[in-house]
Amino acid sequence: MQDEPTPQDILARVAHFLRSEVMPALSAPHVAFQARVAANAVDLVIRQLDLGAAGHIAEHARLVDLLGRDDTLTVLNTVLADRIADGSLDPADPAVVAHLTATTCEKLAVDQPRYSGYRAALDKDI
Amino acid sequence: MNRAALQRLAARIAPGTLGEIVRLSGGATQELWRFDIDGARYVLRRSGSGDQPSAIGVSLTEEAGLILAAGKRGVPVPRVVHILEDADALGAGFVMAYVEGEALGARIVKDPTLAHARTMLAAQCGAALAGIHSVDTDPLPGLIDQSPADIVAQWHMAYRAGTIRRPVFDTAFRWLDTHHPGETSPARLVHGDFRNGNIMVGPEGLTAVLDWELAHIGDPMEDLGWICVNSWRFGRIGLPVGGFGTREQLYAGYEAAGGCVDRAAAQWWEMLGTLRWGVMTTGSLARVRDGDMSIERAMIARRTSETEIDLLAMLAA
Repeated sequence: MQDEPTPQDILARVAHFLRSEVMPALSAPHVAFQARVAANAVDLVIRQLDLGAAGHIAEHARLVDLLGRDDTLTVLNTVLADRIADGSLDPADPAVVAHLTATTCEKLAVDQPRYSGYRAALDKDI
Repeated sequence: MNRAALQRLAARIAPGTLGEIVRLSGGATQELWRFDIDGARYVLRRSGSGDQPSAIGVSLTEEAGLILAAGKRGVPVPRVVHILEDADALGAGFVMAYVEGEALGARIVKDPTLAHARTMLAAQCGAALAGIHSVDTDPLPGLIDQSPADIVAQWHMAYRAGTIRRPVFDTAFRWLDTHHPGETSPARLVHGDFRNGNIMVGPEGLTAVLDWELAHIGDPMEDLGWICVNSWRFGRIGLPVGGFGTREQLYAGYEAAGGCVDRAAAQWWEMLGTLRWGVMTTGSLARVRDGDMSIERAMIARRTSETEIDLLAMLAA
């Protein structure tokens, strides 16, 4: 078993260092902007470490349910995309809509939890 | 930047002393420079490596021609003061008078000093688009013609060129196939990238329409859909036109200036515009896998899910 602090604990300190010490010390606006992007990137990785695995398990279970077969996430997503593209699966079917919405929200919780479209989707569900 | 060449160019534009020269932005092939002559500011848009056409074939010289033609139709544009010639020894491009105003979308939607401007901005954008769509394209022979079907096919190909399948994208492409509003408005000059981020705004509203490099001939409703894509609303999701106005304001401004709105087509183009931006973000993933080390590039590739939630919201509407 690896010792702690966890990867998340360590990365949180990297992001803090970038924001509180590196950014103020940079005079070139372009480099300061990149430092902020770097801090945001570290935050994204922390969110994926926290949420990614559970999201993949939930997405996989829904796909198996929807498609009636089991495979890797990549293959199952390809099958779903093909069935939507060739018209054999109706994407307006509530089960398909619910799956696509849940999967997209699981991604946004990692990618950009402050995105306006994501907040609106969460509000609609409540 | 060759200061001696710019010095000679400045002398042709206006009498006076060439002041500081500042690089504003630009990629590897195209550059944007600001300079002043006795305090009057100018912007040089140039390519050092010849008059390279943009992704859809608009050269910098043609871009200058488009700006001049749109200006004659009353569209607010930067004043083109010189088109580079070989004798200028500065590559290809053109010089514009500097336009005062705010170009950053995130500030345009919230800057308190632009509160009054925001009440008029969507209608002004509508009027500017009607002006663009009234430009006589006969003297602009270099522009390519893109039908709605061409554009869908182009972005579908770009999507499928990637290795990852995205069921939301397939859903949106299918919707576009089954919901095309039928007959298209007569083909016009289309700006191709008219959105919050490519306009300059001052206290009295719209001061200039920028970035003409994606101009083409096509369905004018394309521009009315693109400016409503949620990615350009900078968080103001309830104000579909660039995060500062309503569709009704945009359409009213467009129609008051002589345009004819096909609402269903505009909404169809908003779906395609959202999908187009989504596919463009996936292009960043290919660049990352090719070894591009930019953090920003990697982060843009993680913005595809933003367009997927927007597509789902539109599909559910």
